[in-house]
Amino acid sequence: MENELVRREVTGFSRACDNHSGVLMATFGSFCLLIALVLAAYNLFAGAVALRLIATGRAARISPERLADTARRAGIAGFVAVTGAAFALIWSVFTNDFSITYILEHSNRALPIPYKFAALWSGQEGSLLLWAWLLGIYGFVLRLRHKTDVKLYAYAGTILSGIQVFFLAVLVFAAPPFSLLPGYVAGGPIPADGNGLNPLLQYPEMVIHPPMLYLGYVGFSVPFAFALGALMMRYPGEKWIRITRTWTMVTWLFLTCGIFLGMHWAYAVLGWGGYWGWDPVENASFMPWLTGTAFLHSVMMQERKGMMKSWNVWLIFSTFLLTMLGTLLTRAGLVSSVHAFAQSSIGTWFVVFMGIVLAVCIFTYILQRGHLKTEHHMESLVSRESSFLFNNLVLLTACFVILWGTLFPIISEYVQGTKVTVGAPFYNRVAVPIGLFLVFLTGVGPLLPWRATSFKAIKRNFVLPVIALWVTVIVCLAVGVRPWKDGSLDSGSFYAVVAFAVAAAVLTAIIAEFLRGAGVISRQTNRNLFAATWLLTRRNTRRYGGYIVHIGVVVVVIGLAGSAFNRSIESEMGLHSKMSIGPYTLECMGFTQDSNQNYNSDYAVLDVDQGGKKIFQVTPERRFYLASGQPQTMVAIHSIPEWDLYVVYEGTNPDTGQPIIKAFLNPLVGWIWFGLVVIVFGTFVALVPSLTPATAALRVPAVKTASMTPALKGGD
Amino acid sequence: MRLPSSLKFWSRAVEACVLFVAICFSLGAATPASRMNTLSHQLMCQCGCAQLLGECDHVGCPDRDKELSELTTDMAAGMTDQQIMDAFVAKYGATVLAAPTTKGFDLVAWVAPFAVFAAALLGTILLIRRWGGLGGKPVEATTAGAQSSDPADRERLERIRRETGSDGGF
Repeated sequence: MENELVRREVTGFSRACDNHSGVLMATFGSFCLLIALVLAAYNLFAGAVALRLIATGRAARISPERLADTARRAGIAGFVAVTGAAFALIWSVFTNDFSITYILEHSNRALPIPYKFAALWSGQEGSLLLWAWLLGIYGFVLRLRHKTDVKLYAYAGTILSGIQVFFLAVLVFAAPPFSLLPGYVAGGPIPADGNGLNPLLQYPEMVIHPPMLYLGYVGFSVPFAFALGALMMRYPGEKWIRITRTWTMVTWLFLTCGIFLGMHWAYAVLGWGGYWGWDPVENASFMPWLTGTAFLHSVMMQERKGMMKSWNVWLIFSTFLLTMLGTLLTRAGLVSSVHAFAQSSIGTWFVVFMGIVLAVCIFTYILQRGHLKTEHHMESLVSRESSFLFNNLVLLTACFVILWGTLFPIISEYVQGTKVTVGAPFYNRVAVPIGLFLVFLTGVGPLLPWRATSFKAIKRNFVLPVIALWVTVIVCLAVGVRPWKDGSLDSGSFYAVVAFAVAAAVLTAIIAEFLRGAGVISRQTNRNLFAATWLLTRRNTRRYGGYIVHIGVVVVVIGLAGSAFNRSIESEMGLHSKMSIGPYTLECMGFTQDSNQNYNSDYAVLDVDQGGKKIFQVTPERRFYLASGQPQTMVAIHSIPEWDLYVVYEGTNPDTGQPIIKAFLNPLVGWIWFGLVVIVFGTFVALVPSLTPATAALRVPAVKTASMTPALKGGD
Repeated sequence: MRLPSSLKFWSRAVEACVLFVAICFSLGAATPASRMNTLSHQLMCQCGCAQLLGECDHVGCPDRDKELSELTTDMAAGMTDQQIMDAFVAKYGATVLAAPTTKGFDLVAWVAPFAVFAAALLGTILLIRRWGGLGGKPVEATTAGAQSSDPADRERLERIRRETGSDGGF
């Protein structure tokens, strides 16, 4: 997109009297980065030496514990220094310091205040600074909580500082955010205005989406650091898993929110009526999500049965490496992408860093693999244990498919000399069936107990979901949702019907699980069903929070399946022209123009009638941003549970001067965003500590409930 | 060999699924409109927008209308889907196709995911077998009740486990 950016010629130059303060801030920012790099390097070096001394028990002039503590303090000071650099860049954006190249290229005077913040991550250097800053925040929290387990936290902190050294080195040597305009001297003239922020980023979600995604990406550094640290120090027991679990869940939540916010942004801004295009950069964010999800599931096997230790360690290593790969894809222009707004040559840095990380992981694993040896024992193929194995199998296969599809154009070019496109048709045929199988497992897994089960129990648990599945298929066919169109099979509709049916089965299974448990508590404690469900959930927040997350995933899948039935119509609309789509008739009531300091806009005013009665009005808009000279659509969306009416002002016919309007009727899109809310709620529930038996006994009649608590609480 | 009654239910369910899919796949031919829609979603717009031809939404796109018009002409000329695709590849290069073909090295793109899935599935089953998951008898899951020494407690826990269908833990 950068290539398309029409750079406005800055005709006027201003000699700002406060220009010296701008240079000062740039210098301050640069020094902050340099100091942060030195502190991170000290943290890495001193931490490594101290931990080595502790591990070998060798004597040294300084106590290794004290040396480790100085390393920790250096890490905290490093956070302050990176914060100083981030502050300097934001300050420079707000003071329109166009002597700094980054500010000139990514901001302008008329840019609204919220988007001034967005300028921080709109370009290469700024987004790397954001990464380093977020890593600093995570590291700061981690180092403050070091008393939880001083040695493990020292290992994790030292590993985090190694990652921080890499990012700060890139910022200092390869992509400095505070570099001044070529030939600029302090007090000299600076451009009157900047080139402005990419219009694609001038949307409310863009103020939240990148930080969320980065919090997810960067956050996986923490479980990675714990896993690698625990392996290096041969950490006894599974406590590190419990420490890491909260970090992983929070990180997973951020990444989930980041991905969904990106989908919503694409939906509301790009104007093509969809939210996921299987773009390489979208894929790059999805891959660590898949492996992170696999880790969150398989780690339960380790906690509960002490199994899959090596597997879990490698899952978290892979997740971290995939976050790096995602950054590499975004930054290095390795594959062509609609997100290629930050291409540069820093890819080599990332490749080298990933190589070093992989080498360290392999070396540590080989050296310490004896520590990961476990007695694996399973009693049955039909058990919770095996469902986790299959869940991991499917999640990792999905990850492989996406990685394969993303990289295949490069592989093809290398092997046969010609590049090929791997777009939505490939993923729809390969990834969608895998996804549906995963949704199926989402319902099946929780129904299977640990260890083993009987055919009788299987039948009892599965009858209702199977009935729900077939009832849904019949209802779909009866109401006209059929897997064929115009006499031929429509794969999209076919998958949609399968998705609806599986979703109904999974929802029934999960709700039945809730009701079964709540029913028992209700009978035992004489509470109503709602109160019993609440108590049930509080007694095992992790389990029932997980179920709520599964419900959210199913709701999302229902929303995604709706895309098979999208409809659209495009028409040039004069005054009082009409177009119909679904139950709606759109009538053009006028088209007008508006302008402000940031952009000029054309928009149409359309009355929407249903059954001959006006029900609402939409105003799709097309903006032309003055600083960047780029156009941008602002889609009008009217959302109800059944569908979204999605209206795009595509442009103006140069011959007639009339607007061209495209309207989409996108079924069930709102379910996707609602599903996210359910997932977030479920994750929060899972993060809340469960009621302990003692606490539970205080709050419910002790005679009836105290003895049953362990059975319901189980596996925490 | 007679199947247990519990398995009969599942075998019938699988048969019904297979029948349903078979019916769906044996339905009639596409109309021109649906064929146009299908083909335009198998081709990429060449303007550099990285969108499918059938989804390109750029007003004034220099390539979309031209490509759609070529597609219409090819269909009207009675060309098969494969001939149309070949004609587009000959004119615009292999990147005009939205997905790899099933010939030559491109076939690897399609085979690899399923091969990996099959290998992983086999590996998982072998792993479960090695860990004893396929050798042990299915048993009634009883864990919580067995841990309690009080018969009344044990009975209550067993009833809860039976009613909730769970042995606790996620």
